Amino acid sequence: MKRFKNVILSCFLLILGICWISPVYIVFINSFKNRAELYENILAFPKEFSLEYYEKTTEKMEFMKVLGNSLFVTIVSTVLIIILSSMTAWMLVRNNNKISKIIFNVFVATMLIPFQTLMMPLLQEMGWFTNMGIPMIDSLGGLIFMNIGFGAGMAVFLYHGFIKSVPVALEEAARIDGCTPWGEFWRIVFPIIKPTTVTVAILDVIWLWNDYLLPSLVLTSKGKRTIPVATAAFFGQFTIQWNMAMAGLMLTMIPVIIFYLCAQKHIIRGVAAGAVKL
Amino acid sequence: MRSRYKMRWYLLFVLPLLLIFSSVVIVPFFMGIGYSFFSWDGLPLNPKIFVGFDNYIKLFSDVRFKDTAIRTILFMFCSVILINLIGICFALFVTSKLKCKNTIRMMLFMPYLIGGLILGYIWKFILGDGMAAIGEMVGNSSVFFNWLVNPKYSFIALIIVICWQMSGYVMVVYIAGLMNISEEVLEAATIDGAGYWQTLLRVKMPLLMPSFTICLFLSLSNCFKIYDINVSLTGGGPNNTTEMFAMNIYNEIFNKNNFGYGQAKAILFLLVVAVFTLIQVNITKKKEVES
Repeated sequence: MKRFKNVILSCFLLILGICWISPVYIVFINSFKNRAELYENILAFPKEFSLEYYEKTTEKMEFMKVLGNSLFVTIVSTVLIIILSSMTAWMLVRNNNKISKIIFNVFVATMLIPFQTLMMPLLQEMGWFTNMGIPMIDSLGGLIFMNIGFGAGMAVFLYHGFIKSVPVALEEAARIDGCTPWGEFWRIVFPIIKPTTVTVAILDVIWLWNDYLLPSLVLTSKGKRTIPVATAAFFGQFTIQWNMAMAGLMLTMIPVIIFYLCAQKHIIRGVAAGAVKL
Repeated sequence: MRSRYKMRWYLLFVLPLLLIFSSVVIVPFFMGIGYSFFSWDGLPLNPKIFVGFDNYIKLFSDVRFKDTAIRTILFMFCSVILINLIGICFALFVTSKLKCKNTIRMMLFMPYLIGGLILGYIWKFILGDGMAAIGEMVGNSSVFFNWLVNPKYSFIALIIVICWQMSGYVMVVYIAGLMNISEEVLEAATIDGAGYWQTLLRVKMPLLMPSFTICLFLSLSNCFKIYDINVSLTGGGPNNTTEMFAMNIYNEIFNKNNFGYGQAKAILFLLVVAVFTLIQVNITKKKEVES
């Protein structure tokens, strides 16, 4: 009886799960259809799997270029956020004086500020930098610079919480052996705080990969677009040809799905850990 | 000597991030407060005219803005409740002892990874042209029509999409909370003769309060700041009837070129988000219990 109940519950849950991701399935099947076939029955299976629309959209969106930009911005920003935030958080914990406390509280408090409150003045300021000869507007480097600023609060907060629970003894032993703080941090502390690094990396990759508003404001020229910006431009260009658009959407989702399938456990665990510590 | 050595290392570790952070967040924040007292159209050569609190006073007589604000708050309440309800149901489903629970958990969480903009476009197809096409096919146009041309249904569409995105996310947090409840407590409840529902309502729910605090906070601030889905799904239309707070600010600044006035809105936005989240965290924190 119990087993029977379990089978029914499993079936119910599987159906629920499949229904839940059916929109992705609808995008997938319609990305192979031509216009007439699409409107005939949007739920039907395509008659043939031709990659025609994928090729066309790849060309129109300059997908490879855009994918490269997105990868570059996401990876470099994440790595820099991790390096800089973990270093800062460690120093703030180990020198817990008044200044450190103030700095830490400022990092945490600013996490509440919505991006919309900062976007206009930020663009003005970055415009000044650009005029002074430091390219910030319309440069991937500038976007990375801004990403670091926006990711800092969360990352410092997570590292701070974890480092507080790491005993000082090991670091003191290393210092007695003649290690500089630099060596102390990279050889001893950084390996210990790896779980938090994974969490920060996953949260930041999800955020940066999908970030739209900031890149759309900063990156003005076509060759520098990231995936979300290019998608928005692609949809804004003409009245939407849905079969083409479906192929475009599928293309943008493929990297995410691959990433998810590869690191599924880490992602779910990282997201939960990141949220729980808030 | 020793302290100067320490100081130098301190600066080396803290200063780089602090400089970047200040120039990206702190300086624009104060600049923003400044801009909100000026009237300016965004062109560098045009004069900025100091108007004091006029921008803020103007906010109260702006009808479109008032509608937007009320709509955003309504949207936030509806979606926060739905997201958390769905999330907790999912969490209860996938923490039962079934073999396929990991696969299902993975499926339910997936929309969160795809990102608001893309999600919006997917649903734009399904609820717009897709619905219309189905309606033609089955000959029923009372439910199956282009939802995105109707203000009311567009609003519902936004709620559907944000639920689709966020439910899996809060589910993951609730799962972590449920896993944290010790077996002993549940066993004790069973021994005392509590059934499934009694255990759920009297034991699990109170012990889940910390997860509620987090999930309500996350969903509340995310729903308030909704922008990507708004842009891609409805674009604010039809006729600005689904324009949310964040989008209204964007339009005021970058489309209407009212930089000062838009910035005043943005400052108000910050205050509203802060007030709502702080009230929520305070209320739910009080309800947390020790197990």
